[in-house]
Amino acid sequence: MITFAGVTKRYPDGTVAVDHLDLEIPAGEITVLVGPSGCGKTTTLRMINRMVEATEGTVTVDGRNVRDVDPPTLRRGIGYVIQQAGLFPHRTILDNIATVPLLLGRDKKRARADARALMERVGLDAAFARRYPAQLSGGQQQRVGVARALAADPPILLMDEPFSAVDPIVRGGLQDEFLRLQSELEKTIVFVTHDIDEAVKLGHRIAVFQVGGKLAQYTSPDELLDAPASDFVRDFLGGERGIRRLRFAQELEAEAAAENAPGAVPAKADER
Amino acid sequence: MIPAAIGTGGEPLLRWSYVRDNYDGPIWEALREHLVLSFTPVLLGLLIALPLGLACARWTRLYPPVLAVTSVLYAIPAIGLFVVFVAFTGLTYTTVVVPLALYTLSVLVPSVVDGLRSVPEHVRQSAVAMGFGPLRRLVQVELPIALPVVMGGLRVATVANISLVSVGALIGIGGLGQLMVTGMKWPGGAYPTPIVVAIVLIVVLALVADLVLMLVQRFLTPWERSGRVSRRAARAARTERAAEVAR
Repeated sequence: MITFAGVTKRYPDGTVAVDHLDLEIPAGEITVLVGPSGCGKTTTLRMINRMVEATEGTVTVDGRNVRDVDPPTLRRGIGYVIQQAGLFPHRTILDNIATVPLLLGRDKKRARADARALMERVGLDAAFARRYPAQLSGGQQQRVGVARALAADPPILLMDEPFSAVDPIVRGGLQDEFLRLQSELEKTIVFVTHDIDEAVKLGHRIAVFQVGGKLAQYTSPDELLDAPASDFVRDFLGGERGIRRLRFAQELEAEAAAENAPGAVPAKADER
Repeated sequence: MIPAAIGTGGEPLLRWSYVRDNYDGPIWEALREHLVLSFTPVLLGLLIALPLGLACARWTRLYPPVLAVTSVLYAIPAIGLFVVFVAFTGLTYTTVVVPLALYTLSVLVPSVVDGLRSVPEHVRQSAVAMGFGPLRRLVQVELPIALPVVMGGLRVATVANISLVSVGALIGIGGLGQLMVTGMKWPGGAYPTPIVVAIVLIVVLALVADLVLMLVQRFLTPWERSGRVSRRAARAARTERAAEVAR
């Protein structure tokens, strides 16, 4: 469990990114932080692994104040998936995935073997192992990013808009596989997005932030849609609700069409 | 042997007999000296430019004044600088090496800074998030990614230096430049052959050095084979999309 108690982040110029945040993030589930840009959701995420230091209040992971752990050690124990994947362009896919185990001083051969196993797990063809990130598509890079975050088997995974840099069709597929993976792994996941659809699709719990770093509502997706706590939340969900239903209907249609198509190829074999 | 070309005063541009008689004497000696005087300053310059460039990338306010100083240094004519240094270091290699090393800074410092700036922010952030400490991040992530740009600067500095070394001949330490002086001051009028030999060797040396550095760069940066890469990535993106649509 991750706990924020009275956490504020104020920058030297006086900007308040996060304002007196109290939040309990349950273990083994996906908690989504959602809100418009500038609402402090990424700052909140980064205070968990100390990429940003809280000005006031405490952040604890399983009862332990993160300030008591030195940052590199803390970070090696927490997976992180960044927007645009942030892969190391000069390292092969295999070595990218093995990054944290190697930092932890684990045996190189073992780390690479584990990385290979992880590639399969996130749906990457083994043929990619010796390639470089630039040789992969955006969606494939994102899969590598997820595999890299999982490599040292951390109990917690922080994900900062991991799927927003890929096009919507690929994104849908990545989200589905992410949910499948999580049902096997049951990590504690904190997921940042500005996309309310993504939040509703992935989250067990959703924390809606508003500009100024204030938590507007923290609840389950169902309740969020049924009972928005404020005008801000209603507006944030608002305009797109109808569109969301429409999209859902379209997805069903597309699925039916794909199943009926005679030449439908198994998706995975084709992904090279 | 047939002269390669005929010069103005009936003197051929190239007399093979001179080459034959001198290749393992003065010519070889000049070439050896030229090599030493070309590469020592570049190495020295790199040793200075690396920490200086790192500092400029880290503390950005340092960069404009450093850039100004290295550019002004570059603007000082080589011959003037050599003469000044003779006063301190006499007629030694040092007198030529130090000014040339200072010249390389005007290329090498910006290339180190630009190289480090070429590291994408999301890559740097992800290195932090993975738990790299500052030093490890520099050595294992930032410097390797900066390498192609730094190597580019190194190639320019090396080639420029190979041609610049000859100026040292004016104080008697100029590698192949010495042959040019020999040719100009030949008793009984100018003698083009040593000059032509020197020019040809300098050009060949520059080309070979550039080629070698390019190969070194290729070897050190296997991820940079761009043309093939982008086509393959584009294809990968297409098939991925198609696969998702099919799904």
